[in-house]
Amino acid sequence: MAYDKFNILTSTAVPLPLENVDTDQIIPARFLKATERKGFGDNLFRDWRYNNDNTPKQDFVLNNPIYSGKILVGGKNFGSGSSREHAAWAVYDYGFRCVVSSFFADIFKNNCLNIGVLPVQVSPEFSEQIFNAIYEDANTEIEVNLPEQTITIKSTGAQESFDINTYKKDNMLNGFDDIDYLQNIKGEIETFANGLML
Amino acid sequence: MSKSLFDKVWDSHVVKKIEGGPDVFFIDRHFIHEVTSPVAFLGLKNRGLSVLYPERTFATADHNTPTINQHLPVEDPLSANQLKALEDNSNEYGISHWGLGHKKNGIVHVVGPENGITFPGATIVCGDSHTSTHGAFGAIAFGIGTSEVEMVLSTQCIMQPKPKKMRINVNGQLGKGVTPKDVALYIISKLTTSGATGYFVEYAGDVFENMTMEGRMTVCNLSIEMGARGGMIAPDETTFEYLKDKPLSPKGDAWDQAVAYWKTLKTEDDAIFDKELTFLASDIEPMITYGTNPGMGIGISNNIPNADAVEGGVATYKKSLNYMGYEENDSMIGKKIDYVFLGSCTNGRIEDFRAFASIVKGKRKADHVTAWLVPGSHEVEDKIKEEGILDVITEAGFVLRQPGCSACLAMNDDKVPAGKYAVSTSNRNFEGRQGPGSRTLLASPLVAAAAAITGIVTDPRDLL
Repeated sequence: MAYDKFNILTSTAVPLPLENVDTDQIIPARFLKATERKGFGDNLFRDWRYNNDNTPKQDFVLNNPIYSGKILVGGKNFGSGSSREHAAWAVYDYGFRCVVSSFFADIFKNNCLNIGVLPVQVSPEFSEQIFNAIYEDANTEIEVNLPEQTITIKSTGAQESFDINTYKKDNMLNGFDDIDYLQNIKGEIETFANGLML
Repeated sequence: MSKSLFDKVWDSHVVKKIEGGPDVFFIDRHFIHEVTSPVAFLGLKNRGLSVLYPERTFATADHNTPTINQHLPVEDPLSANQLKALEDNSNEYGISHWGLGHKKNGIVHVVGPENGITFPGATIVCGDSHTSTHGAFGAIAFGIGTSEVEMVLSTQCIMQPKPKKMRINVNGQLGKGVTPKDVALYIISKLTTSGATGYFVEYAGDVFENMTMEGRMTVCNLSIEMGARGGMIAPDETTFEYLKDKPLSPKGDAWDQAVAYWKTLKTEDDAIFDKELTFLASDIEPMITYGTNPGMGIGISNNIPNADAVEGGVATYKKSLNYMGYEENDSMIGKKIDYVFLGSCTNGRIEDFRAFASIVKGKRKADHVTAWLVPGSHEVEDKIKEEGILDVITEAGFVLRQPGCSACLAMNDDKVPAGKYAVSTSNRNFEGRQGPGSRTLLASPLVAAAAAITGIVTDPRDLL
């Protein structure tokens, strides 16, 4: 088992309604110097979260004690740019287990799935409803149900279903990762490689 | 069904299809560098796994290396530690390692093609999103995360659903002073940074057919900035000419066989794309970005658009302009700049230095401008010297640095200070990308050179 199993997550959520949040914002390059996967959560959104003198920026949502939870709700095109998996690690290490957006950048989404953070893509309208619900009441709970592939705003009952391929869903439910799978078909891979020209 | 170039390469690398899931996708060539590989090796160790095909992986140090005094020990202990980890891991698993000081060291996406590691029809990955560069050779090349680096090391495969296909055609003749970088920035400005997400792009049309390999690499490099995983261009005589006799290219009969196969890697006439876009070369002028993502670009003679004229949220747009210290409707021409960066996997090749030199020749760098000229590799550095470009830039008041990623992502000491403006030939103008608080204007080497001379944003066509 490579990471935590994911089944049903019910939690309050942190709203970040900006578009095109790139992975350089999620974790700036100068914090990529570690050789172990430790402590990245401290630098999640570093330059939006802290001033140059390391004091917290009061207007940034992660510094607002009203908002907390295991779900991060981002704007459209979340996670664009650099392929750094450190961005997904930072999101995980901070304590998020699910990121919701109306549109994800490919590599970030893939990286999340590979480490056990569930990316949930919703319609722009539903995304709007989630933001409104959280802004109305920061204690609003969101339920993310992986077996049923649904996301529900508990206070309003509004619900939408989301896509995930059955292979990845199975992995998330069981905490397996791709290496577990690939190790089991090594023989097939070697046969394939033997037939290659270069 | 008729196949596209992308289909041909993808389908020939599928080891196994999983019902309702991704393909098990075989990787021919794997590049690693010091920043995104250490945790992958740690993963191998924790699971007690070995590297299945070490001869298919190539290591070079680039992201986190100094660009001066490379013969001295690296001062930052964290950076030094990453470089050491790359070296130790490569040695332990029998992977070829071009570390700092090695004559083949340089930016991974520059040294790969230079050495013939890249080839048409190959599948190539690296823990770096600009791996898309290698698509210039008709390869499927894209960036991966560290978990996938571990997969490739241990099984030479990753699990990927086949992306959708997009073809982008640009036809006609590019105008004076319009470079491959401008073509790419133009396309991204039309598509936005998410316009090609979920797609793999094929670039077609006379503009790409007439481009050099260096130009094609610049275009394919920037595919990720429109959201595409990668972009590719069908291999042709230009491609074969570039690769012939490269150190690791096939030789003799193997070369002939390879070329015969590579010639079949063309999109068939009636192949169908999920999306197809066509642009005219004559509509493209030298480009510059004004905002905080690569889609926020305009022709250099245009004004910054109004918030209501752009796609997306007004709040995000205004936050971006506020960060840049710009206003809607401002003209970009004449904006004062403080730094110029020539380099990166986007524009750190010999042609980029030739272009830069063509503008600065016989002129002087503006006094208030700090310029970092960073070749992509030692081979580029050597050519700069051989071709007399070093003399031209030195006479104009510029200094040539040593190869590496440098100020593109500012992991080393090459950081643009907060609030300062940099015209950069790199690929990302995100907030703080070139140093905390830095402000980046992405442009071609010609635009960068013009700005370095005048100290303000300048149309390079006025200086050509």
